[in-house]
Order: sequence, then C-alpha cells, then structure tokens
Amino acid sequence: MNSFSKISIVFASMFLLVSCWGDKQEPNYQYMPNMYEAAGYEAYSEVDFLPNGQEAMVPPDHTVPRGWLPYPYENTIEGKEMARVMKSPLDSLNSEKNLAEGAQLYTIYCAICHGDKGDGQGTLVKREKILGVPSYADAARNVTVGTAMHTIQYGLNSMGSYASQMNTEEMWQVSEYVMTLKQDLTK
Amino acid sequence: MKKVPYRHPISKILGVTVLFFLLLSTSIFAQEDASAEADSGSGQTEAAAETDGDPAAGKALFNQNCAACHALNRKMTGPALANVESRLAEDEGLDREWLYRWIKNSPGMISSGDAYANKVYNEFNQAAMTAFPTLSNADIDNILAYTAAPPSTPKPDEASATGGGQSAGGGSGSGVSNELILGALVLVFGLLVVMLILVNRTLRRIAEANGVVLEKEVGEKRKPLWKAFVDNQFLVLVSVIFLLLGSAYFAYGWMMQVGVDQGYEPIQPIHYSHRIHAGDNKIECKYCHSSARVSKTSGIPSLNVCMNCHKSIYQVSDETLAEGKQEYGVDYNQEIKKLYAAVGWDDQNQKYTGDTKPVEWVRIHNLPDFAYFNHSQHVSVAGIQCQECHGPVEEMEIMSQYSPLTMGWCINCHRETNVKVEGNEYYEKIHEELSKKYGVEQLTAAQMGGLECGKCHY
Repeated sequence: MNSFSKISIVFASMFLLVSCWGDKQEPNYQYMPNMYEAAGYEAYSEVDFLPNGQEAMVPPDHTVPRGWLPYPYENTIEGKEMARVMKSPLDSLNSEKNLAEGAQLYTIYCAICHGDKGDGQGTLVKREKILGVPSYADAARNVTVGTAMHTIQYGLNSMGSYASQMNTEEMWQVSEYVMTLKQDLTK
Repeated sequence: MKKVPYRHPISKILGVTVLFFLLLSTSIFAQEDASAEADSGSGQTEAAAETDGDPAAGKALFNQNCAACHALNRKMTGPALANVESRLAEDEGLDREWLYRWIKNSPGMISSGDAYANKVYNEFNQAAMTAFPTLSNADIDNILAYTAAPPSTPKPDEASATGGGQSAGGGSGSGVSNELILGALVLVFGLLVVMLILVNRTLRRIAEANGVVLEKEVGEKRKPLWKAFVDNQFLVLVSVIFLLLGSAYFAYGWMMQVGVDQGYEPIQPIHYSHRIHAGDNKIECKYCHSSARVSKTSGIPSLNVCMNCHKSIYQVSDETLAEGKQEYGVDYNQEIKKLYAAVGWDDQNQKYTGDTKPVEWVRIHNLPDFAYFNHSQHVSVAGIQCQECHGPVEEMEIMSQYSPLTMGWCINCHRETNVKVEGNEYYEKIHEELSKKYGVEQLTAAQMGGLECGKCHY
C-alpha cells in the first residue's frame, strides 16, 4: 500500500462525508427538527382531526370566505340573462386604478386563452391547445359587464370558474377591463 | 527510471479507435430513430374532401366558432361532429336545411318543439348552443365539409399505439445500446490490462535474458521514504497543520449543509412538468399559484384550476408525448388520466362523478418554523419575479429547490435590492426620512429594516 492509495482513500472518504445528502428525493438532515416543524397548523399540513387529515378544504356550506360576497344569480341561462343588466359595484371615481388592477389580473388569468386584446387569440389558442375561444366583440354574445362577471363566477362551456382564484372585487375589476377591451375591439 | 511516454502505442491506438467507432455508432443509431420518426410524421397527410364546401376554410371556422364545445371524434359539451351531416341524414332523416336552421338559431328550434332538437338538447344536460346568426350558409357548408372530410383523427389512437410501440422500442433500444457500449468499454479496458501485463512480462524476460538487473533489487539499501519523512520534524509539523486545516474545512462545509435542502426534488404523485406549462405554454406562475399575490403561502392549485384547461386538453400532442417518453420516461397522457381520476372527471361522458381523491403533493420549499416569510409582500408589494428565488422553473421538468433558502441568502438579497417605492403611499414618509438619514437616493430593503431580527424571527 503506497502513499498514493492512502491519499486517495482519505479523499474518497472526505468526498463521501461532504456528499452525505446523496438522495435528492428525500429531504436533508436537520439539526433540531422540533425547531423546524411548526407546532401550530400550517397551510396544507396534515392534521388528524379533519377528514382524510386534509387541511385544504372547501369552505363549509352557508359560509362566505373572506373577500368573497355571495353571488345572487344561479348558473343557468336565465341566471345569465338576469346578470346581463348588473352594474359594476366598483367606485367609478376610482376606475383608473381598478382598470389597472383588472388589466394585471386579466394578463395572469385570461390572456392565456382570450389573448391580450380579448380577440380570442391567446398563447394556448395559437398553439392549438385550446380552440374556439370567442372574441369579446362577437355580436351574438353581446358581452356586458354583468355577463362577464357571471362567466368568471361560473365558467361557461369549456371555460372553468375563476371564483377560486380571484375574490369578488378582483372579478369585477377584470369584468370592467373586459368591457374596455370589447370597446377597443368594436371601435 | 526513464520516463516512457508511449509504452504500448499499438494497444493504445487500437483502444482509441474502438472508442471512436463506438461513439460514432450511437449517433448513427440516433439518426436512424429520428428519420424513422420524421417518416411516420410526414406520412399523415390530410385527404381532400369530396363535399362542396372548402374544408380548409371550414377548419378555421370550426376552430373559431365550434371547437369550444365540439370536437370531431369526441363528446365534449356538445356532441362529436365527425360526419354530422351524413349521420343526421341516415339516422334522423334530417337534411342540410335543418342544420342551417339549427346552427343559426338553436334556441328557437328547441322552443318550436322540433323533435330531434329537443332530444339533443336534453341529451346534453340542456346546455344551450350559442346561436350563430352571423354564419352564412356558405360558411356552414365549409364547416360541414370539414367535418365530413375523412378526418385525420384515427390519428390519436393509431399514433399513440404506434408511438407507444415505437418509443417503447426506442427506450429499450437505447438501454441495450447503452449496455452494449458499457460492455464494449469494459472489454477494451480488459484487453488493455491484459496487454500491459503481457508486454511487461515479455520485457522482464528480455531483460533477464540480457543480464540487466532491475533497479528495485539494486536500491535495497536506501532509507525508506517514510523514515526520512518522520525524521524531518518541520515537514511533519507543516503536513499536520495542513491536514488539520483541510479536515476542518471539509467538516465545516459538511456541517453547514445540514438542514439546507437546495436541489431537493421529490417524486410527486402526478408528474407535473413546469417546463411544458410555464415554459412552452407560457402560463403565468400566478395563474395556478394565485394566492402568492395575496397571502403568506403561495398556494398549491386546487384541481379545479387544472381542469380550467384540462377539461379541453385531454391528451398532449404527439410530439410532446414522444418527447416525454424518450427523454423523461413519462407518458404524459397517463398523467392527465391521473388528474381526471383525482378530480373525479369522467372524460367519456364529460361529467364530474363526485368521486374525488385528494392529490398528496410533496411540498418542496420548507422554511423552518422559526423564520417568517410572506409571499404577498415579495410578489405584490416588491414586485419580485418568482424566478428570482425559485430559479428557472420554466425549464424544470421536475421541480426542485433552486435556492438554498438560508439566512445568508435572504440577507444578501435584502442588502442588494432596492425597495420599490413608486406608487406605494405606505412607503412615502418613511422613505423620505430614511433616505435623508442615510444620504441615499434609493433605500435597500436592509436600510428599511430588512436586517432586523424581529422582522423574520418572532
């Protein structure tokens, strides 16, 4: 056994020590796990007193989540017609700020299908992943701020509901922004 | 002893040539695979239609107006429309005139009591079809021509079957060739070793025959190296210090990485590719992680958010499927099926069954309980891009922790990043006073108090 092999053994053992956390699919060791793990309930954690131990649940019936208001109309054709005449409850004096917020939210949630201009040419449509997204200017649909809100609330045909991603105020902001897009399109 | 740079040139050249050819051979195989794929891809050409409309124009109209609810060979919100005209003519005795009326004013036909109109309406959960008064008869002719054009859609089944076979073959093929290469390499090295031994032995024999005495036997009387080393006290001291410092360095490095999960990439219950969603399709991070805007936690999307798109996208494109199988060994379509099973979506009947199974995602970024971090403060107030901390997520096929999430890492960013004060009245006064105090134009997060212990630890 010469010195070279000795040195290489030392280096190999060092390397093993350093790369101790080899399996990246398991979390690393911790010094004091009881300081790392929360004693209280954390978002998405598992707790034993809930069904399935699951903390992430839908709100119980007859309760209103914070930030959301009960929506008055049902998810039917009649409900949509009644929603058509709804007016936006947002403060019209503040409309510039609301539209700016709406534009941001629109870019996040809607533009991927409906396109930045609302012409139904979003990235997913251009890549032919989702088809048949109408333009807001479509005369037969006659989009109003009320129907936009109704559609965001419940979804329509292949479109899903966005009420879980935006609260009531944000949905109205997006609806108002949709109307400005429609105006620009029909100009 | 003399240094001999090329002792066995022949064997070396031989080995190198074998290696070289082996390397070449893999690329040759790869090219074969690729060309086979290209062939199968170009083989699918769309057949022309025999009806009197223009199927190409019809396709555009169909995608624009109908595809939200109808597919050719698959039930969606509305019925499948492949060969709808001949189907209606044969089964129901309805002519094109009926279709014109239906498409232009379906609610009117339902209320007028048309038998088949009501039947379809009730069959599809009374989902009213939008009236299309703007479509002309010629437009409808085009759409019908498109639906009647021998659809290029035995494609999905056929392609997935052949694609599956192909890529499965490709997968095992690449496995075999990998093993072959490894085996060949082992063989080559074995040969080299054998040659070396043989040559060494022959040389020894020649030396013995020629009466040359090897050095080893001559230099017997010399002082062993280790004894010389021990005698040299200074050298011993230096090497001990060096060894101690070196091991301290490694020990420190090892201890510092305990509790740091950088690079952690657990296996998730559903193989979700951020590369495809955020990279290829450019979906905003906040589309799915919407609560990052407004809450401490950047939420894991509930499955209804997945279904916003995957109600329509029930399978990936053929190229994506092949890519997934070859490069990542994942059948993306099966992963979508896992989603459907979890959310209780019956794809055949386009209905929710109500039978749901929660998906147990494995959380990757875990801050220790003693450190407070709020997403909304960083995402909405500071306007930091998600990638700043989470790395190039849009390129990650398997999500992993990009940043160390250590305190030093947090503090470094707080020292370097200026507070975004524009359009934020909350910061106006404090920014004015503090920037005067520090004599700077722009305050960093650290100067705003971002280094105080109590900001994150309490």
